[in-house]
Amino acid sequence: MLKLINLLLITRDRKHCSISFVLVGVVYTYICLVNALFMKNIDIKSLEEKFQKKIDADIKIEPNDWMPDNYRATLIRQISQHAHSEIVGMLPEGNWITRAPNLRRKAVLLAKVQDEAGHGLYLYCATETLGADREDTIDDLHSGKAKYSSIFNYPTLSWADMGAIGWLVDGAAIMNQVPLCRCSYGPYARAMVRVCKEESFHQRQGFEIMTKLASGTKEQKEMAQDALNRFWWPSLMMFGPSDADSKHTDQSMKWKIKRHTNDELRQQFVDITVPQAEMIGLTIPDKDLKWNESTKSYTYGAINWDEFWQVVGGNGPCNKERVDARRKAKEDGKWVVEAAMAFANKRSAKKSA
Amino acid sequence: MTKQEALYNYVLRLGDDSLILGQRLAELCGHGPILEEDIALTNISLDLIGQATLFLDYAGALSGETKSNDDLAFLRLEKEYVNALLLEQPNGHFGDTIMRQFLFDAFRKPLLECLQDSSEKELASIAEKALKETKYHLKHSSEWVIRLGDGTDESHEKIQGSLHTLYRYSHELFFEDESDFLLQKSKIVPELNSIKLEWEKTVKNVFEMAGIALPENDWKFEGGRQGRHSEHMGFLLTELQYMQRTYPNMEW
Amino acid sequence: MTQDKKDWPLWEVFIRSKQGLNHKHVGSLRAADSTMAVENARDVYTRRQEGISIWVVPSNLITASDPSDEESLFEPSASKVYRHPTFYDVPDGISHM
Repeated sequence: MLKLINLLLITRDRKHCSISFVLVGVVYTYICLVNALFMKNIDIKSLEEKFQKKIDADIKIEPNDWMPDNYRATLIRQISQHAHSEIVGMLPEGNWITRAPNLRRKAVLLAKVQDEAGHGLYLYCATETLGADREDTIDDLHSGKAKYSSIFNYPTLSWADMGAIGWLVDGAAIMNQVPLCRCSYGPYARAMVRVCKEESFHQRQGFEIMTKLASGTKEQKEMAQDALNRFWWPSLMMFGPSDADSKHTDQSMKWKIKRHTNDELRQQFVDITVPQAEMIGLTIPDKDLKWNESTKSYTYGAINWDEFWQVVGGNGPCNKERVDARRKAKEDGKWVVEAAMAFANKRSAKKSA
Repeated sequence: MTKQEALYNYVLRLGDDSLILGQRLAELCGHGPILEEDIALTNISLDLIGQATLFLDYAGALSGETKSNDDLAFLRLEKEYVNALLLEQPNGHFGDTIMRQFLFDAFRKPLLECLQDSSEKELASIAEKALKETKYHLKHSSEWVIRLGDGTDESHEKIQGSLHTLYRYSHELFFEDESDFLLQKSKIVPELNSIKLEWEKTVKNVFEMAGIALPENDWKFEGGRQGRHSEHMGFLLTELQYMQRTYPNMEW
Repeated sequence: MTQDKKDWPLWEVFIRSKQGLNHKHVGSLRAADSTMAVENARDVYTRRQEGISIWVVPSNLITASDPSDEESLFEPSASKVYRHPTFYDVPDGISHM
C-alpha cells in the first residue's frame, strides 16, 4: 500500500501535480477504509471465537460482556416471548378465579396466577439487561408484532380446564424450562432457576384437580375428560414446530440457549404424561398412540400443524380477546402510572429545593 | 340472644367483609394498571381470602350446625350475607379500587388491634394474624391515595370523584346492633365509637396529604349488615356461587 | 436520574434472606419512587418468605466495572491466593476455623 502512495508522490509532472494530489487523497482514504473494515472483521471474528469458546466451556455470558448481535437479538426475542406467555397466560386461568368452587381452590389459583405475573416480571427484567425496554417490548405484544405461546389462545370452558392447564400446560412448560436453567445467558438462566423453583407446585395443583375430578361424580369425570380432549393436542404444539421446520434450533443449540430440540422435548412429555393419564383413568385423545418396545417410548399421531400455524398467526379462538385484554389493562393504567411518576417528581423536587 | 349467637353474627360480618372484598380484588388479577401493582393487589386479595377462610371456619363452628367455611361462603342466600355495602361496590377505575380499599383498611386496622386482645381466644388469634396483613394493606392504600391525589390533575380529579361516590358507604362500617352490644358488655369486642375516632383521624390525615376534600353531603347509606344489598351483589354472588350451585354436593 | 420520563425507572433489588447473611442481588423491577420500590420488591421477590430485609437502588446509579478491564481488575487478586482460607492446611481434628 505504501509503495503505491510513494509511486504517486514521485510523479513530479507539474501539469498533473494537482490531479495527483487529489488522486493521492482518494486512494489514501480508500486504503484507510479497507484497512479499517479488514481490521474490524478480524476483530469481530476473534471476538466471536472467544465468545464461542466461553460458551463451549460453559462459562455464562453476562450483560456487559461482548456478544454477537444475533445472539442478543435471539435472546431478546426468546425471553420477551417467554415473558409475554407468562403474562397472557394469566388470562385463561384468571377467568376462573372468581368462579373457583371452594375457598382453598380460589386461594391456590390466585396464588398461581400471581406467580405467573412474577415470572413475567423476572423475564422482562432479563430482557432489560439486553437493552430492551420493558414497556417497548410490551407494546410489541399489543401491536401484534411479538408472539407468545399459542396455547393461551384456547378458551377455558370449565373448572376442569384449570386442572388440565396445570397438569399439561405447566408440565410442558417445565419440560421446556428446566434445560433453560443452564442457558448460556446468565440473567436468563438465573430467572429460570427462580421460575422453576416456584413452578413445581403449579403442575401438582393441576394434577390434583384432575385426580379429584377423575375420581368424582359422573359429571366431574366427563368434565375432566373433556378438558383433556381439548388441551392434549394444543399442549403437544407448545413445543413448537417439528425439528425439520424449526428455523432457529441449530444456532440456538450452538449458543446453548437451547439444549434439546422441540421433538426431543415433545417426546419426553408424551412419555411422562401418558402413564399419568392412565393412572387417573383418563384417555388420551389419540387413536394412533402406541407403546414402542424397541425405542421404549410412545409413538403418537400426527399433529395438525395447519391449526398450529393459524393459531400462531393470530387466528386462534381467543387471540384477539387476549391481546385486547392486555392492551386495555395498559391503557386503563396509563393515568395511574403517570400520576405516580408526577408525584415522585414533585417530591424529589421538594427534597432538592 | 345468646352470647354464641351474637358472636356468630359478629364473626360472620368479619368473614363476609374479607370474602366479598377479596372476591372483588380477585377480578382484577391479570388486569392491573402495571405488572407490579397487579401483583400487589393480588396479594391483598389473597390475604383477604385467607382471612375469610379463618373467620368463616370459626363462624361455622359457632353456628351450632355442621357448617364448613365453604358452606357459608358459597351456599347462603343473598340476604344472608352481612358484608358492608362498601365492599361489594364494583372495582371501577384504579382510583375507585384504591379508595374502597383505603376506607376499609382505615377501619379494619384499629378494629383488629382491639380484637387481638379479645377474651375470645380464637377471635383474638385470627385478629392477630389478620392485623399484620391489614397494616400493610393500609400502608399501600394510603400511599396510593396520596399519590393519586397529589399526582396529575387527571388523577386528582379521579380520586376525588372516587371519594365522592364511596364516602357515603363508609358510615355503615360503624353499624352496631344488639349482637354488638351484648358482646361489648362482656368485653369480647370493642365499641365502634373508639374505632371511628381512629378512622376519622387516619382519613383526615391521608386526605390532607393527598389534597382531597371530604364531600359536603354527609348522607349515609346502609343495609349490607342487615342483608339488604346493592344491585351489584347478585352478580357477584352469581360468579362466586356458580360451581356450587351448578354442581351441588360435590367435592372439588 | 432522569425524572422527566413517564415510565417508572428501573430499580435493582437486594434481599437479606436471613439474619447474618449479606443482601444478595435478586433482580429488578419498576417503581415510581423508593417507597413503592420497597413495597413492590416485597410483593414480587418475597412471596415465599424469601427475605427479612430489602434494599432497592435505582439501576442507573450503579457503576459497573468494564468487562474488557477484567484482567487488570481481577487477575492481581486472583494471584493473591493467601487471601483465601483454603490456602492454608489445617491439621486434622481442628474444627470451627
